[in-house]
Amino acid sequence: MTSSPPSASQAGDRSASQPEGRSRDRSVSELVAAARGGERRATARLLTLVERGGPLADEVAERAWTVLGGGAGATDGNRAHVIGLTGPPGAGKSTLVAAWTTRLVEQGHRPAVLAVDPSSPLTGGAILGDRVRMAEATAAGVFIRSMATRGHAGGLALAVPGMVRVLDLAGFDPVIVETVGVGQVEVDVASAADTVLVVVTPGMGDAVQANKAGLLEVADLFAVNKSDRPDAADTRRDLELMLDLSDLTGHGRTGAGTGPRSRPSIISTVATTGVGVDDLATATDAHMAALMADGALAGRREDRWRAEVRSHLDHLLLDASRRAVAGPVAGSLPESGSPAAVARSMLGQMAEQLLADPTGGLPDGPTGQGGAAAEGDR
Amino acid sequence: MNDPGDLTDPTPVRVVLAKLGLDGHDRGLKVVARMLRDGGMEVVYLGLRQTTDTIIDAVEQEDADVVGISMLNAGHLTLGPRMVEALADAGLDVPVVIGGIVPDEDRPAMAAAGVAGVLGPGASADEVVACVRAAADTRG
Repeated sequence: MTSSPPSASQAGDRSASQPEGRSRDRSVSELVAAARGGERRATARLLTLVERGGPLADEVAERAWTVLGGGAGATDGNRAHVIGLTGPPGAGKSTLVAAWTTRLVEQGHRPAVLAVDPSSPLTGGAILGDRVRMAEATAAGVFIRSMATRGHAGGLALAVPGMVRVLDLAGFDPVIVETVGVGQVEVDVASAADTVLVVVTPGMGDAVQANKAGLLEVADLFAVNKSDRPDAADTRRDLELMLDLSDLTGHGRTGAGTGPRSRPSIISTVATTGVGVDDLATATDAHMAALMADGALAGRREDRWRAEVRSHLDHLLLDASRRAVAGPVAGSLPESGSPAAVARSMLGQMAEQLLADPTGGLPDGPTGQGGAAAEGDR
Repeated sequence: MNDPGDLTDPTPVRVVLAKLGLDGHDRGLKVVARMLRDGGMEVVYLGLRQTTDTIIDAVEQEDADVVGISMLNAGHLTLGPRMVEALADAGLDVPVVIGGIVPDEDRPAMAAAGVAGVLGPGASADEVVACVRAAADTRG
């Protein structure tokens, strides 16, 4: 919406280009060229590669940066308007996105949606149900990709920016990242956007609840969905009150490097009938226009870029820490003593040693205070 | 390894599950979705009243490994082969597994039409997961 239309063909992606060969057999550069030419299958394959991580994901990232880099203000390599959308389960996020993106297609845009649902922590499997609510959008030509959070430490935060970049290079704009607003990572992922939309519904609690939830602090815009319900006015009032308090304390309305954020608009919507969807689209565009007008967009994108580097670092550290403690324990654990004291002294020291030398394996038993106490007890 | 993240498959099988046509009985499909999820797969659930076109759209965008369709209304002899053909016509090398009511005497016809697997009533969760995994493996 903020960039000129891409070279990719606007319509008829399915029939436009049959792939030369099976997408699995094509190189990253061939896939990137095909994706830029509007071939959806190649885009989907690139998304898979990024999601899996590893050397091929790095290669995709490198190509994407080459293609997208150098755009005005695009310090994180994005040209598309990246919109994060989050909210509690059952708020109507998918239905709202479906109505919204269908409208965007009618207006000549090429929206894509990355819909994130949780994986089972026990089996790693997931049921990704967003498409059920988005049949209309699929028929209109919206590109929808479902994604599970998967279990890898920090993997989601790592994969999503790369996948957004793939959708961007394929010419989709805007790119909407939809997550369930439970869990810090899911909220963080949706918050790493140019515009953050939080969907709430009536009947989810009073003004105290509205102040409690960290979810609400990340919003640039609110949609009060299901606003045909009788208590919708209460929900709206509670949100206004919360925002009044934010204005009063000045807290939660600034982000590092982004400068002061304007007071979020609140849009009333009924996703199932399309009420308020145009208002939502207008408010989202207005937010982006304001970001560009006051120069905040570059700052926001730089924040995002820093957060992405941090995600890579977190991933490396978590991975190293998991491997560091995976080996056998060489020393014996103390037989007596306060478990809390032992935990503090011994485990803390082990962690420090591992931090200094992550490849050294688990230290050979306690060496400090905890160890001395254990010796004394014998 | 104690991290739950390590138990998961880094490249889980991705399955598109749908009811093809007008058959409105989706309980079986929901049960299968849960079985596959608990078998560590990622299920892209499309639900009721899908067409070969909407399934192909989903397979394409989701980069799916397998298509699972459920049929309880005796449509399998018509729609099963049609789904296989539609995927082939679209250049998608993705196997189709059919679940539901398929009489034994129709199984050879299903196999001849290129349907990768047939799951009937009473199939255990292990059988369902094994059948879909075997189909995914044929994709190479």
